[in-house]
Amino acid sequence: MFTYFIQRVLIMIPTLLVISAVTFIIIQLPPGDFVSNEIDRLKLEGNPAAAQKLLYMREEFGLDRPMLEQYAVWLGIWPGAHGFSGILQGDLGWSFEFQRPVDEVVGDRLFLSFVLNFTTVIFVYVVSFPIGVYTAVRQYSVGDHVMTLVGYIGLATPNFLLALILLFFAKTYFGVSIGGLMEDQYIGQPMSWDKFVSVLQHLVVPVIVIGTSGTAGMIRRLRANLLDELQKQYVVTARTKGLTSTRLLIKYPLRMALNPFVADIGNLLPQLISGSAIVAVVMSLPTSGPMLVHALQSQDQYLAGSFLLFLSTLTVIGMFISDILLAVLDPRIRLGAEVSR
Amino acid sequence: MTVSERRPEHWVSPEPFDPQTTEILTPEQERFYMASQWRLMWWKLTRHPLAVVSGAFLLLLYASVVFSEVLAPHELHERHARFIYAQPQALHLFHDGEFIGPFVYGYKMTRDLKLMKRIYTPDEDQIHRIGWFCSGDKYRFWGQWEARLHLFCALETRADGTEKVMPIFLFGTDRLGRDILSRIIYGARISLTIGLIGIAISFVIGLTLGGLAGYYGGWVDNVVQRLIEMLRSFPELPLWMALSAALPVTWSPIGVFFGITVILGLLDWPGLARAVRSKLLALREEDYAAAATLMGASPARVIGRHLLPNFMSHLIASLTLSIPSMILGETALSFLGLGLRPPVTSWGVLLNEAQNINAVATYPWLILPMVPVVLVVLAFNFLGDGLRDAADPYK
Repeated sequence: MFTYFIQRVLIMIPTLLVISAVTFIIIQLPPGDFVSNEIDRLKLEGNPAAAQKLLYMREEFGLDRPMLEQYAVWLGIWPGAHGFSGILQGDLGWSFEFQRPVDEVVGDRLFLSFVLNFTTVIFVYVVSFPIGVYTAVRQYSVGDHVMTLVGYIGLATPNFLLALILLFFAKTYFGVSIGGLMEDQYIGQPMSWDKFVSVLQHLVVPVIVIGTSGTAGMIRRLRANLLDELQKQYVVTARTKGLTSTRLLIKYPLRMALNPFVADIGNLLPQLISGSAIVAVVMSLPTSGPMLVHALQSQDQYLAGSFLLFLSTLTVIGMFISDILLAVLDPRIRLGAEVSR
Repeated sequence: MTVSERRPEHWVSPEPFDPQTTEILTPEQERFYMASQWRLMWWKLTRHPLAVVSGAFLLLLYASVVFSEVLAPHELHERHARFIYAQPQALHLFHDGEFIGPFVYGYKMTRDLKLMKRIYTPDEDQIHRIGWFCSGDKYRFWGQWEARLHLFCALETRADGTEKVMPIFLFGTDRLGRDILSRIIYGARISLTIGLIGIAISFVIGLTLGGLAGYYGGWVDNVVQRLIEMLRSFPELPLWMALSAALPVTWSPIGVFFGITVILGLLDWPGLARAVRSKLLALREEDYAAAATLMGASPARVIGRHLLPNFMSHLIASLTLSIPSMILGETALSFLGLGLRPPVTSWGVLLNEAQNINAVATYPWLILPMVPVVLVVLAFNFLGDGLRDAADPYK
């Protein structure tokens, strides 16, 4: 088990490296950079003095250096203008648009993003597990049909539209705005119990909105897996031996169907994170989504890069956790990995 | 005593043996046993009425894309300055208990000076009958030929018996007084084709990479597998957003359209490549694949001619299931303002207007473009599920 763990951690490193490289390439893709664009604009306006200051910034952030060097500086494995200070040292860079370091601009957005996505994952599992088991055991019952229908609609409605509809109904029928993640008075305040409660209250709607399609997919897959297992010989054998159906279900088929259920987090997590990014824009949640969109539009490269990197890292870590969980659950996986070595 | 009765037990008839004569099939059985694979799949598909209906619905929609200009009652960019944010007109059949046929009531406009907005209410005195194939706004069919023919329009009968074409807004109008129904019909062009082109791109990439990985195995397989894992650990939407934000602003709207399509297609192939790979890994060990190789067939021929047809039907089913994600992707990007931009009109671009919740609360018909999105995605899901079930007709 321990070797498997170490092995899995080691695989993560090249993955993260490639992800950081891809992220860097993407944020460099637009022609020019924020500073050059700004210089062009200022020159047009006839303000060469300000342009001079920006030229200094260009040097300061090494925007005039070759791509590979810029990447290395950004990552923190190559000395920049002020020695090593990159992602690895915890320095996310400078936000050109806000004229402040990225970590100040970002504030607790990354943390709130994490909280939002984490809660949604929990929500998806907690809701889809009992429903999935129920619909499989009571196949073709009324409940099964209703859940199938709801599931289809949940899959087909893009979550940002769902968010829009909910906002619309809340606004027209209750006259309340359900956007945001906390009461206005707590914005920018340090974390306290009251703020925590307020965040929890505001989390409910976004979590449901983001989690719906994931839950629907999970229910469908768990149901299919469990149905496959329920037809197998060993279930018939156990039944003929007189096991009660609940005990039988928990003892054998459920355990077998649990594997793909846990492994599915690999599909679920990127989907949830994608979903939360856009839902956050619609519901104006103070998470990474809205600011990412904004940063992308204004070519604020380090800000956008930090968000992209953070979201991808979240996915990679999620997959890592699911792999470890699987290995704990199923000896075949960890032993298989060791045998194949 | 006849000859046959005196035959010894081990007698064998010298006549040529024809199995057809001993085991006679009923015409239905024969039809079933002789049917091709695709015919069998069709029969199996028809057992899912929902899938068939969805398929027909989608065919109809895709056919409508050809005639958008004629189907839409108004031109795409036609502004009606007198009808800003006009509410949808309801279709009626009876007026004062008297049957007239399909018609709409005209608008009566009042100004609400306190809220600074115009309020349109149906005016029961104006009856605008629905006319068929009438000449209305001028448009260029496929951007080429000037025409005026519209499938339907509203007609007002004057006192002297002549008829005048009146504007008709079954889905209401937007902030510039443009007809939302017409814009939805035009938007289908972009929204529906973007899914098809995107899927074609991801199909080619997925088939090639998955085919290479599955057929050759070894280090090729390893490289492709790692690539898939990397791509899958990126959350799709933020990556799409970043890439489409990187499209140069100077590109023409059509250029942006193709750029977005390529971006959607470039990132969607891992699922397909995985399916192709795992199938090929199993199939390449089959005897007929070895036979083809021994006869000197090139790898491309073995894969394309002998192995792929085995699971083509599965691929088509999974393709059908992944078209919706493309359509939703485009919608989401355009909704955020990172995808297509006006004057290109897609459902996402239309929904972009609905981003402001205050506007939606006052003019709820702005979110109507979401209806076709949900319907199309549902239809593709139902059709894909049916196809997946029918993909293996011998089961």
